[in-house]
Amino acid sequence: MRLTAVGVSYAYVPGEEVLRDVSLSLADGEVVFVLGSNGSGKTTLLHCLSGMHQPTSGTVTVDDRPLVQLTPRERARRIGVVPQLHEPAFAFTVAEAVLMGRAPHLGLFARPGRDDRAIVDRALAAVGILALRGRAYTEISGGEQQLVLVARGLAQGARCLLMDEPAAHLDPRHRHEILGTARGLAADGHSFVVTSHQPDNAFLYADSVLLLVDGRAQGYGTPGEALTEESLRAAYGMEFEILRGESGARAVVPRIRPASSD
Amino acid sequence: MTSERGRRALWILIPAAAVLFLVSLVVGRYGVRPIEALRALFGSADASDVLRALILRVRLPRTIAAACVGANLAVSGAVLQGLFRNPLIDGRVLGVSSGAAFGAALALSLAGGAAAVQGLSFAFALGAVGLVAWIGWRFGAAPLVLVVGGIAVSALFEALVGLVKYVADPLSQLPAITYWLLGGLGASRWETLLPLAAITVLGLVFFTLFSWRLNLLTLSDAEAASLGVHVRPLRIVVIGVATVLIAASVSVSGMIGWIGLVVPHVARAWVGAAHERLVPMAAVLGAATLIGLDTIARTALPSEIPLGILTGLIGIPAFLLLFLRLVRSRGAER
Repeated sequence: MRLTAVGVSYAYVPGEEVLRDVSLSLADGEVVFVLGSNGSGKTTLLHCLSGMHQPTSGTVTVDDRPLVQLTPRERARRIGVVPQLHEPAFAFTVAEAVLMGRAPHLGLFARPGRDDRAIVDRALAAVGILALRGRAYTEISGGEQQLVLVARGLAQGARCLLMDEPAAHLDPRHRHEILGTARGLAADGHSFVVTSHQPDNAFLYADSVLLLVDGRAQGYGTPGEALTEESLRAAYGMEFEILRGESGARAVVPRIRPASSD
Repeated sequence: MTSERGRRALWILIPAAAVLFLVSLVVGRYGVRPIEALRALFGSADASDVLRALILRVRLPRTIAAACVGANLAVSGAVLQGLFRNPLIDGRVLGVSSGAAFGAALALSLAGGAAAVQGLSFAFALGAVGLVAWIGWRFGAAPLVLVVGGIAVSALFEALVGLVKYVADPLSQLPAITYWLLGGLGASRWETLLPLAAITVLGLVFFTLFSWRLNLLTLSDAEAASLGVHVRPLRIVVIGVATVLIAASVSVSGMIGWIGLVVPHVARAWVGAAHERLVPMAAVLGAATLIGLDTIARTALPSEIPLGILTGLIGIPAFLLLFLRLVRSRGAER
């Protein structure tokens, strides 16, 4: 499956575009990171890709079919959304939360059956949390909740998952757990669009990077192409240097004097 | 695991409710031993006709009405709490109760009969929620808008009830209105019961068939949309059915609070949040609770205790305990 955005613009208020002429293409197995400062249009782009917003100009297509021509159910079977974490009001179990992903496959009065439950178990196993299936969603950690939402996307049957800042609020190990899981699923043919505030993670996990500045693409390409000291300065309005570690991983470090100089 | 627990809970509760139902039929202020009442109920020849008439024409419809009202209030409360993603909500928040109260007060002040009271209170309960839904729909049917609209409409109808009471005849009409507002099932007969029973069956069948989808309505609009579910029309339909259930109930029973708030919490603690189990559990638990309370209401004291007072006296402590538990468990998470 290929998800493509061509020349997408979006304005919440007519005339005030928060996303301008952004293009993006994503094939099976790819992970794209969308970076940019607060308010640069990352989440708006995600909403345009999920079909929640209709671009004011430009088109989003799934395998050459315009997204707007798909019914909500057809869309949900192709594209899954992993929203930012929020506290749910009721304590559904992990399995029940993932089972909700079967909604686009079930009729109005239908209930999920044995097949649906098997799909849920496979999805939970694919993200490595099958052991949590009977636990309350409200009682597991933030990283685990994020994995539940990924599993829900898999249960939807979605090939492409859109993740809105999945790594926010997570410690480095849990961050790796979720983004490493995404990489593993990409190796199996899924694709991911991930918004993030952490350029380091883009270097670690992304095949390509889209850097947004004021709703425009400042750079789009491999992490090395899109993230340069110049483009980062333009995006965040401060100076950075890009370092390379012994493992080959690159890190983005601000050029400021550290508080302690020991 | 949880679904097994839910099934077991129902298997315990359904026989318990059935026993309670029978007990409610055979006890009462009419001085007769329960064993004779049982014999009369099952058509033994030596039972007196008076006793049979009492049980079949007075106690049976009343007990069935208690079961219907309890089930309706509890299921509607559970469904509305899920829909508004707010565990502290029941039918009153949509203006159902105050609309019903105004309708009944109006009918009583115009010296209408039982049918007029039931009909007008049902109509105004629907009208009040219709008004709330209209306000909500104009602003995107967001839960917060519906709640604010509901509070406003409730206040409006409460003021109208006050007005009717103010102008009502203080010797005949005012006591009747006051007594109706306190709630009770003493006036239940087969004629008033039939519409209630029909609506109860239809509503509960709808919510049972629809129960899995109700889970999806607890998600935010955006999240549900990403699952291919368009929540706005579903939300209005579900609110509509819940409203009809509550309106049909309070138009028979008067104001009975707390059942719709407390019973869903107990049911949820027992079988979990998934509506496939929550809906039947709330129905049986609500029915059993109100049968039990109504039996106490008509047998505990020489004269009948208004049911609304009894549910309040038991409901408020239950609510406080529940609230403290909630606060404590929330606190533990932080």
